[in-house]
Amino acid sequence: MSALALQQHATLAHLDWLESEAIHILREVAGQCANPALLFSGGKDSLVLLRLAEKAFRPGRFPFPLLNIDTGHNYSEVVDFRDLRACQLNERLIVRSVEDSMRRGTVVLKSPGESRNKHQSVTLLEAIEEFGFDCCIGGARRDEEKARAKERIFSFRDEFGQWDPKNQRPELWDLFNARVHKGENIRAFPISNWTELDVWQYIEREELQLPSIYFAHRREVIRRNGLLQPVTELTPARAGDVIEELTVRFRTVGDITCTAPVESDADTIARIIVETATTTITERGETRLDDQTSEASMEQRKKEGYF
Amino acid sequence: MSAIEHLPDIDNGLLRFLTCGSVDDGKSTLIGRLLYDTKTILADTLHAITRTSERRGLEAVDLSLITDGLSAEREQGITIDVAYRYFSTGRRKYIIADAPGHEQYTRNMVTAASTANLAIILIDARKGLLTQTRRHSYLAHLVGIPHIVVAINKMDLVDYDQAVFDRIRGEYLEFAATLGIGDVSFIPLSALNGDMLVDRGDRLDWYSGPTLLDILENAPTAHSERDERFRFPVQYVCRPQKSGDPKLHDYRGFMGRVESGEIAVGDEVLILPSEQRSRVKAIEIHGSSLPRAIAEQSVTLLLDDEVDVSRGDMIVRAQELALVTRRIEAMLCWLGDTALDPQRKYLIRQTTRETKAIIEAIDYRLDINTLQQLPAERLGMNDIARVAFKLAQPLCVDAYRENRSTGAFIVIDESSNNTVGAGMIL
Repeated sequence: MSALALQQHATLAHLDWLESEAIHILREVAGQCANPALLFSGGKDSLVLLRLAEKAFRPGRFPFPLLNIDTGHNYSEVVDFRDLRACQLNERLIVRSVEDSMRRGTVVLKSPGESRNKHQSVTLLEAIEEFGFDCCIGGARRDEEKARAKERIFSFRDEFGQWDPKNQRPELWDLFNARVHKGENIRAFPISNWTELDVWQYIEREELQLPSIYFAHRREVIRRNGLLQPVTELTPARAGDVIEELTVRFRTVGDITCTAPVESDADTIARIIVETATTTITERGETRLDDQTSEASMEQRKKEGYF
Repeated sequence: MSAIEHLPDIDNGLLRFLTCGSVDDGKSTLIGRLLYDTKTILADTLHAITRTSERRGLEAVDLSLITDGLSAEREQGITIDVAYRYFSTGRRKYIIADAPGHEQYTRNMVTAASTANLAIILIDARKGLLTQTRRHSYLAHLVGIPHIVVAINKMDLVDYDQAVFDRIRGEYLEFAATLGIGDVSFIPLSALNGDMLVDRGDRLDWYSGPTLLDILENAPTAHSERDERFRFPVQYVCRPQKSGDPKLHDYRGFMGRVESGEIAVGDEVLILPSEQRSRVKAIEIHGSSLPRAIAEQSVTLLLDDEVDVSRGDMIVRAQELALVTRRIEAMLCWLGDTALDPQRKYLIRQTTRETKAIIEAIDYRLDINTLQQLPAERLGMNDIARVAFKLAQPLCVDAYRENRSTGAFIVIDESSNNTVGAGMIL
């Protein structure tokens, strides 16, 4: 062994480092916040969060409930998986629905067919107020989108749930500041420093179960603006559309009206990892109909209180 | 389509580094080039910046657009905040903290530097050492970044002339010696043409050292260079006695992260500040037991005795005490919009501990361009000063030079809850 190797201490591999950082962040939320919640959709990033929460807090219960904002337009495979996982972990799941906000009149759609995705912000803020949450833990990553590259790990939101990029707290070392006044809120992002590939490698290493639509399956789709639009009751074919049946998988799962699958034969996590490492299109660029609207659309949604 | 069935295993850890320089030094181009040459930029992003380049009437694709940020910033035409970028070479994962080099943004540079283990300081080969080069170097040194890489960029604009490189190198070494900066390497670059970043190019034959990426691939990661003394600030205490499982009735797990050193089952420990003694009974994570835990590992410690431990306490090895003190002296960087008011009480957070603090004295304010020590009554945003604090509760500290985790603290303004200062204990 060389002299240099002898001098250096044992070190963590990159996934172990990311895991350890995320556990540290979750425990800081638990230590600093009076009433946090973990945003859990049943999607891959939030399933990773749940495993990290197990590592952070077992053999104890999670020091927070799980919270899902349901647009009513989610794939049933994902919703079922959400319920199953919460039940397996014996943790409390709170579901609040955009449809309830519509009934209350706090969400008004411009047209019946409008995507409910961005309206989740309203329902989320209502849930935060109802339960008095002072912190919501989310699975957002900085590599997802450029409006997130400057996001703090502990991101401050004012009493309107707004994210003001010019009014964020400096974040130094691992010294997080979750202090808020009543009504204000922190969004904490334990996997900020992870990439899409890290997430898949972690899923493989931890042998996490995922909803089936993440894996290659046959599905009827229409090609629209370079994306594949699934044919569903909510997104039916229009006159003149050509319906194709292709082998596809979802890279992200969200509201049916704004999440597109990609053509893929990857039917195992190992194959998805290889595809992720060699892909030529970003995760959101290929799959999110809502981020294509304008160059700054994520930034705009976040200012309005989105995750 | 693809014959690849498995990826090579990344086994060389994770390196966090910082780039400092202004847009004029080609910093954005350098980052864009690193991401592009390591194939991190995907087709749709490239397509978007190609379109923007065309719209702006540029002949070649401007890689600096990759790091173009928020529309709030684009409106102002400057970068106002630290951005984090990610890439991987298959051997190692990287996190770049991209700090804007603008005059008034000392606070961003200190923020970006706080988590970095290496800094790339960009110099424009045509301009040589500037005031901002000295400022960036001083700040990198102040925040304790152990490795500095001076990238002498735009070599294409000085005909790849070795004499220019040698002259700047000599000037920098002279200046670095006055600060006490030890580990510096120098590299000639053309970020625009990609020379000596990932590929060597064929115009810098006189330079036989490593490429920029070689330097990054071989630089030590933070946790390999840490203080060897065991430091374990307790974040959270796990007491699941209500779970109904009788085996867990007496379970008391002390949860936290090993900030430095390592710990093994059977080691004798001391709890600070109370100085109670005990021994490590078990080290656990999610149901599995570990024989030992190393720096940066998040674990749960179980102790032999029924000791009283809560969040904010620090567990150390019996023969490796940290200083327990109600008074600290520190280099303080003021980050807040509102000036530091020596009459007010502030809150200090260090490791997992918080205490009220009052300012005993501002010894001096440092002019970071001339490194002159000036008298000061108050501190404004971006000021750096030597300050003494009196603390309401004791903290368990080490000197920042020896331990970047237990020697660092932030100052919080209780009326706004904002983070207004960053301190490094002397």
